[in-house]
Amino acid sequence: MDFIAILSIFVMACFVGYYVVWSVTPALHTPLMAVTNAISSVIIVGALVAAAASESPAARWLGLAGIVLASVNIFGGFAVTERMLAMYKKKERK
Amino acid sequence: MALMAPEIMADPAIAAEVAHQVNPWVALAYLVAGVFFILALRGLSSPSTSRQGNRFGMVGMAIAVFTTMLLKAPVPEGAFLPEPTADDLATLVQILIAIALGGGIGFVIARRIQMTAMPQLVAAFHSLVGLAAVLVAMAAFLNPGAFDILGLDGNILTVSRIEMALGAAIGAITFSGSVIAFAKLNGNMSGAPIMLPARHVINLGTLILIIALTAIFAASEAAGPGENPLFWVIVALAFAIGFLLIIPIGGADMPVVVSMLNSYSGWAAAAMGFTLHNTAMIITGALVGASGAILSYIMCRAMNRSFISVIAGGFGADAGGGDAGAAKTDRPWKRGSAEDAAFLMKEAETVIIIPGYGMAVAQAQHVLREMADQLKEHGVNVKYAIHPVAGRMPGHMNVLLAEANVPYDEVFELEDINSEFAQADVAFIIGANDVVNPAAKTDKSSPIYGMPVFDVDKAKQVFFIKRSMGGVGYAGVDNDVFYMDQTMMLLSDAKKMVEEINKALAD
Repeated sequence: MDFIAILSIFVMACFVGYYVVWSVTPALHTPLMAVTNAISSVIIVGALVAAAASESPAARWLGLAGIVLASVNIFGGFAVTERMLAMYKKKERK
Repeated sequence: MALMAPEIMADPAIAAEVAHQVNPWVALAYLVAGVFFILALRGLSSPSTSRQGNRFGMVGMAIAVFTTMLLKAPVPEGAFLPEPTADDLATLVQILIAIALGGGIGFVIARRIQMTAMPQLVAAFHSLVGLAAVLVAMAAFLNPGAFDILGLDGNILTVSRIEMALGAAIGAITFSGSVIAFAKLNGNMSGAPIMLPARHVINLGTLILIIALTAIFAASEAAGPGENPLFWVIVALAFAIGFLLIIPIGGADMPVVVSMLNSYSGWAAAAMGFTLHNTAMIITGALVGASGAILSYIMCRAMNRSFISVIAGGFGADAGGGDAGAAKTDRPWKRGSAEDAAFLMKEAETVIIIPGYGMAVAQAQHVLREMADQLKEHGVNVKYAIHPVAGRMPGHMNVLLAEANVPYDEVFELEDINSEFAQADVAFIIGANDVVNPAAKTDKSSPIYGMPVFDVDKAKQVFFIKRSMGGVGYAGVDNDVFYMDQTMMLLSDAKKMVEEINKALAD
């Protein structure tokens, strides 16, 4: 993929993000922040690539450290979001 | 590489193309992951679809991680079952241990954390994303071959050098800024702004320096793996600037800061996505970046402050001292008791509760819900009114009320409920102050002038829970609501006061 193709995806995704986030209800802004935290840890992909390559030991250890940090976020972020969302309940209609 | 024709190797443009050959299935998998992340945010448009959205997010993450692991797994061409070497297995075990270690820590934290501590937790998580981005950028710098960003001339591709420098810089700013935000929110550090002399010059100068060094780093002849020490200088400067940017910002501006750092963590991920040519990372980065930016905008609008003025910092420098308000507190005010409040609210038709950060500090959300339950038994219509900047992060109050089992359809946003105060019998203010201050509507000299506030002065009766008359709100301004005829001040700890009201209601 060339740079322009990637840039196109990025620009389109910014617009998608803009409209999707405006549609998030303000009551869920805290879970929004927690879940965006979790998904931005997709950066773990880069850490995995670094950790799997054998050429540079320093880069491998950086990658492994990156995996640990990103994993804290992925598991922690999704779990805490799940916990918060489970608390939002509607009024019980009798 | 040896098979490649020499004329291809000579042309850097073709070399770049060759360097980024991607299996279409892999690219497709990352794209699908990105779409799942979009669906995850989309689910948050309503509480009823939100949990499904969160699951989509998990699926997207699983796709991205497994795709990468398969991609890097030593599968020989055409073989169904790979025959990994001992080294490959060791690497795989290390990676799995790293995931298990981080995942375990994250899971335990997520389980144990108190809902009132959510702003700190989010700040801490931001710092981890930032640091992870820095580590990945460093790894890409040291071993560009693994990331397919090594040109055939043995240099890191120019565009990749720009991307990795920017990614590392944004990540470093996110990290150190979030650490400071965490320390302020968690009380390890005073929430008061710390003002360095000439800080605007220092900050602006450092930012310009980072950009200039990035340009030099990209244009430099020394472009081999790990070759140019400028990269480390950029990272170090970025760590410093993140720290300097956040220390002058006061505690109550933290909703904006946390949102802003959320945005940065997204841009850092996007920058690394460019380096890796990974669509999942780019889409996610753009989503998160947009999300944080929009939240920052919403928070600034709710305070009627410009983003620049928040970033410049220093707001609320005289908070806590109470000098600004103390001069005027000789005006007459009425003190009420828990029994007064219980009696008057029992007789009311509609009670609107306005929670603020004080409620979170006192952990009063559970007793507050019990109070609402008792009032409902007396036939009172109870509603909650939430200001966008109530608490220390966007949506903070909503989560606390949800934790206390308050149904979300009893909780209303500012613009949806503000017209109802004129018909309300009681406005019950617990731990909020600036968001009900009428000076925002009338007093042009007030620092909070123009901020949208609740029209509590229109309610027939106002109860204002506050610890003492001495302190003023975060903005350091006096509040006319204290001295209105229909206001009764309930001076006590929020939780204790509500407990007493509950007792009085039960009698």
